[in-house]
Amino acid sequence: MSGSAMEQLYQQLIIDHAKAPHGKGLAADYDAESFQVNPTCGDEVRLRVHLAGADQPIVQRVSWDGQGCSISQASISVMSELVTGQPVAVAEALSEDFRALMHNRGEAMDEAVEDRLGDATAFTGVGRYPARIKCALLGWMALRDALVQAGASTEDR
Amino acid sequence: MTAILDPRAAAEAFSATAPAAALSATELAAVRADFPLLRRTARGGRPLVYLDSAATSQKPEVVIDAELDFYTQRNAAVHRGAHTLAEEATDAFESARAEVAAFVGVDADEIVWTANATAGTNLLAYAMSNASVGRGGAAAQRFAVGPGDEIVVTEAEHHANLVPWQELCARTGATLRWVGLADDGRVRTEELATVVTDRTRVLAFAHVSNVTGAVADVAAFVRQAREVGALTVLDACQSVPHLPVDLHALGVDFAVFSGHKMYGPTGVGALYGRRELLEALPPVTTGGSMVEVVTMESATYAPPPQRFEAGSQMVAQAVGMGAAARYLGDLGMAAVADHEARMTRLLLAAVAATPGVRLIGPAEATDRLAVVSFVVEGVHAHDVGQVLDDAGVAVRVGHHCAQPLHRRFGIAATARASAGVYTTAEEIAVFAAVLAQVRPFFGLAGDGR
Repeated sequence: MSGSAMEQLYQQLIIDHAKAPHGKGLAADYDAESFQVNPTCGDEVRLRVHLAGADQPIVQRVSWDGQGCSISQASISVMSELVTGQPVAVAEALSEDFRALMHNRGEAMDEAVEDRLGDATAFTGVGRYPARIKCALLGWMALRDALVQAGASTEDR
Repeated sequence: MTAILDPRAAAEAFSATAPAAALSATELAAVRADFPLLRRTARGGRPLVYLDSAATSQKPEVVIDAELDFYTQRNAAVHRGAHTLAEEATDAFESARAEVAAFVGVDADEIVWTANATAGTNLLAYAMSNASVGRGGAAAQRFAVGPGDEIVVTEAEHHANLVPWQELCARTGATLRWVGLADDGRVRTEELATVVTDRTRVLAFAHVSNVTGAVADVAAFVRQAREVGALTVLDACQSVPHLPVDLHALGVDFAVFSGHKMYGPTGVGALYGRRELLEALPPVTTGGSMVEVVTMESATYAPPPQRFEAGSQMVAQAVGMGAAARYLGDLGMAAVADHEARMTRLLLAAVAATPGVRLIGPAEATDRLAVVSFVVEGVHAHDVGQVLDDAGVAVRVGHHCAQPLHRRFGIAATARASAGVYTTAEEIAVFAAVLAQVRPFFGLAGDGR
């Protein structure tokens, strides 16, 4: 077995987040909720967003519960950290950046995107494994859907 | 994270102590040489260890050649036209039917070609639906179901032998009931006596579970169904490629199986029905090739099996499935089953020997096949599969189209290693060696604590 290929995919940051995920545990107070499943493997996430501010709302809190592989669990955890405290428009832009990273076949993105994604660049290697991209995107799909449910999405304006 | 060992080196420590297999080393090498795909490598140029035959099997050259030969030498529309090619194509198509029929111990006109096994269970369920609204006349009333009638399945069923019956119940008002599973994954056959009653019209069950590998006590199911006059439907997808199967001797009323799991092509499967039942069953898909007389107002239908084969059929694939049946018949299913029984013992030993790995299914090798599903405590099945794949070992991960079974055991997914006629003890040794590295790789104790 090539330890290096596996260690590139399963970065220590991913294993750490999977073991002690951020934002896990559903909050009672929320504006919208999304439930997403990955039908091929049965992974699922229920994600809630709590927004603050009327005009340009901010993602005040993300809470979630779910089950899945280390890639999916770590990705939701890192996402929760990244978007908390960010304006909805920024969270949605991050979602686009992350999607682009997943479809970059394991190659690094340009520096500006990498800077914005921060810890989420640890998932770069997932792009080399097409079957795992859905795992990494599960939480981001739930976030995007929850923002639409909350009527806060900026995407269709 | 722990450094990963070379699986080949670690495999040397793994000793295969099972008795001699029915296929000698030379015969097994010859079988492997029949499968061109087995010559390729996996990720990173590593030798491929294909342990996913329960999902789909690889294809021997004779099957690939049979399709090639059909397209290059015989291709024409079957059952129409009188030219030479049409005759030869029809002959190839019907000879394949006879070969598949003989392989499972039934008559050629009791075999209906379907796109796959799922299409087979759906055909049956929709034909029963049609009978339930009066189609097929008085003779088809034996298939009619409605409120008060019950259809019985087991908790181990593949979705293909569950969802079509749920839908039939939803359309007709019949009720779905099921027999539960014991902790070792076997169907609680003793529950049949209470779940199957005089309200039961259909008893549908898998011959071999695609998750636990457990072989059903078919005789007990058939006995119980006959006592109450219910029809039996056998999902034989996982048995036909791996065991000698004689459907007449088993005494089931209907059975489904697929080509691609028995070393044949994709896109073809078979529905077996006892002759007198197929004769009474109304059609589902209607159109060309399945009729006798058509007027502007109505049509009369051809006898089975053509009644259930509307439109152009998957002729080349059927010919390939016939070649697959011949290939297995030539190897001898007793020898195939004996070889795979050895693989079952080795797979079970590999799982039992790995700390922190929980088997989902019977631990003993009797009445179970080489379909071995397991959970690595603390590691999701997807991650298990990824580590195995990195070492060239292909296993299935997920719910294997059996969500209720997984829910029964309180899990969402398992990893599943399954053998075929070409699987070797050396391959299972590689699997065992890599499996032992999974927990350490994710920072969990290798001793399972």
